[in-house]
Amino acid sequence: MQEEPILRIQHLDLWYGENHALKDVALDIPAHRITALIGPSGCGKSTFLRTLNRMNDLIPGIKISGSLTYRGSEIYDPAQDVTPLRKNIGMVFQKPNPFPMSIYDNVAYGPRTHGIRSRVQLDEIVERSLRSAAIWDEVKDRLKKSALGLSGGQQQRLCIARALAAGPDVLLMDESTSALDPISTSKIEDLAMELKKEYTIVIVTHNMQQAVRVSDRTAFFLLGELIECGDTEKMFSQPADKRTEDYITGRFG
Amino acid sequence: MRVSQLPMRRRVWNLGARVLLYLSAGLTCGLLVLLIGTICARGIRGINWQMLTTAESVLRGTVGILPAIQNTLFVIVLSLLIVLPLGVGAAVYLTEYAKNHRLVSLIEFATETLAGIPSIIYALVGVIIFCTALGLQKTLVSGALTLVIMNLPTIIRSTQESLKTVPQSYREGALALGSGKWHMIRTVVLPSSIDGIVTGSILAIGRVVGESAVLMYTVGLSTAMQDFSSLAAMMKASGATLTVALYIYAKERADFTTAFAIATILLGLTVVINGAAALAGKKLKKV
Repeated sequence: MQEEPILRIQHLDLWYGENHALKDVALDIPAHRITALIGPSGCGKSTFLRTLNRMNDLIPGIKISGSLTYRGSEIYDPAQDVTPLRKNIGMVFQKPNPFPMSIYDNVAYGPRTHGIRSRVQLDEIVERSLRSAAIWDEVKDRLKKSALGLSGGQQQRLCIARALAAGPDVLLMDESTSALDPISTSKIEDLAMELKKEYTIVIVTHNMQQAVRVSDRTAFFLLGELIECGDTEKMFSQPADKRTEDYITGRFG
Repeated sequence: MRVSQLPMRRRVWNLGARVLLYLSAGLTCGLLVLLIGTICARGIRGINWQMLTTAESVLRGTVGILPAIQNTLFVIVLSLLIVLPLGVGAAVYLTEYAKNHRLVSLIEFATETLAGIPSIIYALVGVIIFCTALGLQKTLVSGALTLVIMNLPTIIRSTQESLKTVPQSYREGALALGSGKWHMIRTVVLPSSIDGIVTGSILAIGRVVGESAVLMYTVGLSTAMQDFSSLAAMMKASGATLTVALYIYAKERADFTTAFAIATILLGLTVVINGAAALAGKKLKKV
């Protein structure tokens, strides 16, 4: 690794009530790389992803201990305001969730939330974000139309544009292609590889081919533990742990 | 399989069910048409320009219901202005903020019960609290406040129901973009549930326009022009609304031409207001 990691997680433990969902997880997420989190259902990979932008705060009865830092500052510091944190760490969900408003208003939602009112500035951000999400050409003539009229794949790219418009430098993608058809999936994968030049990306995926195709680093979770983490190529060719090997060769999962 | 291929027994059932369904639908529509038809047929004759634009005059012996129309509109607007923010606010609190689930279900049970209470009981409450205890006397303001209490449960329930239909993913999406909770509610949740709020308002307006028991006891019986020119004057305004006027004409003066004319105007008013509310809802909804 060349520089300081953007996100550094040390001794992370997480409980849902009595359920110990993440156990002593330690992981560094380097800048301008795609890190893939893989593992069987219920292994804690999505839970882990959602601790990074504190989306788990919404769940009652959750308890978190350990250290998570974003650019050196503690994410779970009581003084940490989640608004700027989530502005910096954007998220794209499993199912496309555009708001029931126009395409333009969807993309402008983040910047408006963070106080940008000028029409000129908003126009500029909306166009740039839609271009970055590779959907500008498809929607530029219908920006005032409802976002709900788009196809599933377009909606997901719109959600990526919406996340980018808030001005993040980390993008979390929670199985963001699992609800999409293969063509839309490959568009989003290409997009992710394009975006890593400017953003740091963490994806959760249950599709190992996808992890191989897009990610630079892979972290394998099992039953709440981080089993192994390393360069994707290396991990899929010579896994260090027997359990990783069993999972990636399809013996369970 | 086509109907003609079904066994005899099922064909008879099929026919029987069909006839019953048509009958109940026909009966419902028929009653509505009959009701509206009778009211309009008997009422249209009584409506004329003078009646709509003046107060009644005992000296000239003319009928006029302009004061009643003004009073009705005043009561509708005032009670909606109070009940909407209050009811929507309470519903937002109960669905989005309240943490204590037992308290929430207790309040929900209470509002449901209140929604089913006969209006005459609200009338008594209005007389005791607003007219007497708060010293507002029999005024349009007392009437409107009583109607606020009466409609509050309806507004809360209908808003709550529509807030619950807003997908959780909208909330998550907004929060993940760094939106604060109230900002999220104002910009995403409430606009998505505007339909339910409009439905609740239409129900509330319907109850206000049609309410007679509450108003009979709280707004007074005057058929003279009221003064709405200042706030102080509005506080003192006291007089019959359309339903009360209808009662006065039908029961006390046995003037059924005027009573049916008022009924026709009430019907028309309801249609116009509901249309306006639906239109407003469409305008408020983004895209």
